[in-house]
Amino acid sequence: MKVVLRNPDQELDVVGGRLVREVLADLAIDPDTVLVIRDGELITRHDRVDDTDALEVRPVISGGS
Amino acid sequence: MNCKRCGGNAVVEVRRHNAAFCKDCFPVVFRNQVRRAIDEYDMLTPSDRILVAVSGGKDSLALWDVLLEEGYRADGLYLGLGIGGYSDRSHERTMTFAADRGATLRTVDLAERYGFDIPLAGRKGARSSCAVCGLSKRYIFNKEAHDGGYDVVATGHNLDDEAATLLGNTLRWNVDYIARQSPVLPETTGFARKVKPLHRLSELETAAYAFLRGIDYVVEECPLVAGNTQLRYKEAMNAIEARSPGTKAQFFLGYLDRGMPIFRTAEERVTLVACGNCGEPTTATFCAFCRARAQVLGERLVPTPAPDSPREIARELADEVLPEELYGVPAEA
Repeated sequence: MKVVLRNPDQELDVVGGRLVREVLADLAIDPDTVLVIRDGELITRHDRVDDTDALEVRPVISGGS
Repeated sequence: MNCKRCGGNAVVEVRRHNAAFCKDCFPVVFRNQVRRAIDEYDMLTPSDRILVAVSGGKDSLALWDVLLEEGYRADGLYLGLGIGGYSDRSHERTMTFAADRGATLRTVDLAERYGFDIPLAGRKGARSSCAVCGLSKRYIFNKEAHDGGYDVVATGHNLDDEAATLLGNTLRWNVDYIARQSPVLPETTGFARKVKPLHRLSELETAAYAFLRGIDYVVEECPLVAGNTQLRYKEAMNAIEARSPGTKAQFFLGYLDRGMPIFRTAEERVTLVACGNCGEPTTATFCAFCRARAQVLGERLVPTPAPDSPREIARELADEVLPEELYGVPAEA
């Protein structure tokens, strides 16, 4: 499964067939700090993803104020 | 997960409320939270002319979107910071947003108007680039609101921003800053009213709202912001939140409810005078913005009297001296 990380942009190959939260845990990413996007739609950490999916993991934290 | 409102497929989970929402219900819930914030603090009236400080990021564009959807008279103000392609792309996003909605966008270019940009300030000034950036924004948003006849400046500060700022000020016991950290700062002589209608909503929620509304915001982070103190405080709060959902909201909203009244009694009243250079209100001979600008440009400030300026008699500090030390630079007298 392709996973695109942003800031900095990076493309990874990870194992699918499991829950989003498990993918994020492997990547050491807190689910509350990112949007996970599949086929232009938001999905939650409870959704299942397959090996054929492509995900964008988009951080939501910004440093300025 | 199912949507708490309609039972449909949830796409956004809000752990602190132990709830999730579908793509149609979440924007409704989000706008309800903004309306609640506006009503609770009497932030806005239907007749107000609102200047929304927009950066091209998720928070400010989400805020502008909600205010326009709610029928408010809201114009945008974009400040060009001169941070290379990042600023160019940010400006493009704000222009596209405004054009798509027939909204008015005002633009101030820092270098054109004031002779310096943020990268130059970071290299030549005594303050960090983040400190000068924050200082410039506060100064210019206020000045543009005043000069443009706006009643209020609205900013996209969210719950995470506010909780991180409160944490930083609490760790240092900056009691004056803590006392002034309110979602609304009333208008005083020389200062426009300032409101933060997103203060009840997390960064995840503002990002999800912007995404679901199809807002093309700048995802990339400012290249100058890496490692700033505000980010470190956010990381600390997020580490606690991950184990105890709701802590951020309890910390900040609990402060507003139970802490602010106590700190307000300790708030120091300061006397403001007109800046000897620009006439804007300040606690010193020259305002912090003019001092920073002079430092960057290697200029010497010489006082010029402004005897009849109504801003001379400003009596109450708004956020002109917000916590610059949050960005790693000691506050100046």
